[in-house]
Amino acid sequence: MIEIKDLCVRAGNFLLKEVNMCVPKSGYAVLMGKTGCGKTTLIECVCGLKRAQSGRVCFDGHDVTMLRPAERGVGYVPQDGAIFSTMKISEQLAFGPRVRGWKKTDALSRAEEIAEELGIVDLMNRYPEGLSGGERQRIALGRALSCRPQVLCLDEPLSALDDETREEICELIERLRRNHPFTALHITHSRAEAERLGDMVFVISPDGCLREDA
Amino acid sequence: MAVEAYKPSKVPSDVPFLTAIWGISGMYVLLIIAVLAADASYTSIHDLWVAVKDPNVRASIWLTLHTCTITAILSVFVSVPAGYVLARYNFPCKRLFDAIMDIPIVLPPLVIGLSLLILFNQVMIGGQSIEKWLGEWLGGLHAWNESIPSGVTYKVPAIILAQFTVSCAFAVRTMRNTFDGIHPRQEEVAMTLGCARSGAFWLIALPQAARGVIAAGTLAWARALGEFGPVLVFAGATRGSTEVLATTVFLEITIGNIEGAVAVSFLMIAVAIMVLTAVRFLGMRQTI
Repeated sequence: MIEIKDLCVRAGNFLLKEVNMCVPKSGYAVLMGKTGCGKTTLIECVCGLKRAQSGRVCFDGHDVTMLRPAERGVGYVPQDGAIFSTMKISEQLAFGPRVRGWKKTDALSRAEEIAEELGIVDLMNRYPEGLSGGERQRIALGRALSCRPQVLCLDEPLSALDDETREEICELIERLRRNHPFTALHITHSRAEAERLGDMVFVISPDGCLREDA
Repeated sequence: MAVEAYKPSKVPSDVPFLTAIWGISGMYVLLIIAVLAADASYTSIHDLWVAVKDPNVRASIWLTLHTCTITAILSVFVSVPAGYVLARYNFPCKRLFDAIMDIPIVLPPLVIGLSLLILFNQVMIGGQSIEKWLGEWLGGLHAWNESIPSGVTYKVPAIILAQFTVSCAFAVRTMRNTFDGIHPRQEEVAMTLGCARSGAFWLIALPQAARGVIAAGTLAWARALGEFGPVLVFAGATRGSTEVLATTVFLEITIGNIEGAVAVSFLMIAVAIMVLTAVRFLGMRQTI
């Protein structure tokens, strides 16, 4: 469960004020709003990448507001995937488990397991150069899920994809939801995507206020 | 209906622009070639051979290679964290911090040498100059092993310090530009996956900055090779002791041996081209 209470975050001159939201355990919330209204700022705050000015962020009842990103147990899929440019795909998928202290063999078998689930086994020995947008998003999703996070944050993961690939990734996200018990927060500009994937839709207004969309 | 002939829109020709950019770049390349050709016309294989056979010049070549390499390593060691701090963090007085790092670039080299001389010999700490403090400490090491210098001023450490003070500023600028060009998003993702900031730096940022590190190191090395003013003032120009190739050129000129000075200059050019090509080649291979 993601619970945000009276959260205020500043990003430059922009202030996201008194945000309140609750996403139930294993729920899938979609966050919408105009460009520059603070959606990414909010998701970065949930991940611990941006410090809150006031308010609280709780995961499953535990206050994580002051915890560092690594301590939160969150998976993060940024808009461009942010694939590690100097690592093979297999190393990217094993990266999270490795830095969390898993044995190398366990981390690699976890990477293989997730690669199979995401249909990217053929890419395991490749470097990211030359990958398509869809492949990048699959890898970013796999990497984020490799440590079995309780919360998954997706920042416009489908925005740069063609229609066919978007459909594939949507189906993949739906399948992942059935197989993994994460609670998700997903940013999008597409109403159709929000209605298809989300259990609930939140909208941030241009003045930085958040409301649940009926 | 009669078909009208297609009339393309009028756009200015690209020729003047292309002529200008190629012409300006070409003129600069020509200037460098002209300078090298002028040197070549003033020396001969015999002069070069005489210079290479001179034990003072040979000692100077080795000392230059040693000091430049140590300077480049020290510059990389300092410039990587400094460049990372400037690129990734906002803090009070950041502009001042940044401007201070640029001072060695804009100061006349002689002033840097003079300032180092004053810092080590005139600034007193606990009633003693820094040179004396270091002299006492290094003196003990020197008694144990004679290859360790017994002080800083007018000795080999002064050469390295003088070269480092200037070269490091260029390396910091290179590393800052390198880290500025790497989006922090990958490091942020690494932090959500379980890395501390240090882990994100070592595992994600630094491997991406590998080419920048090589560029900073080679720039520092090349800059140290040409450093003359601060070395002359802070380390002196004692034959066989604190003589690097740049000071050799100066010493040869002062005794009227212009042919020798030009021959040593040619050696500097050859050494620089060989080292820089080797480092770049190795760097390319490693980062592909």
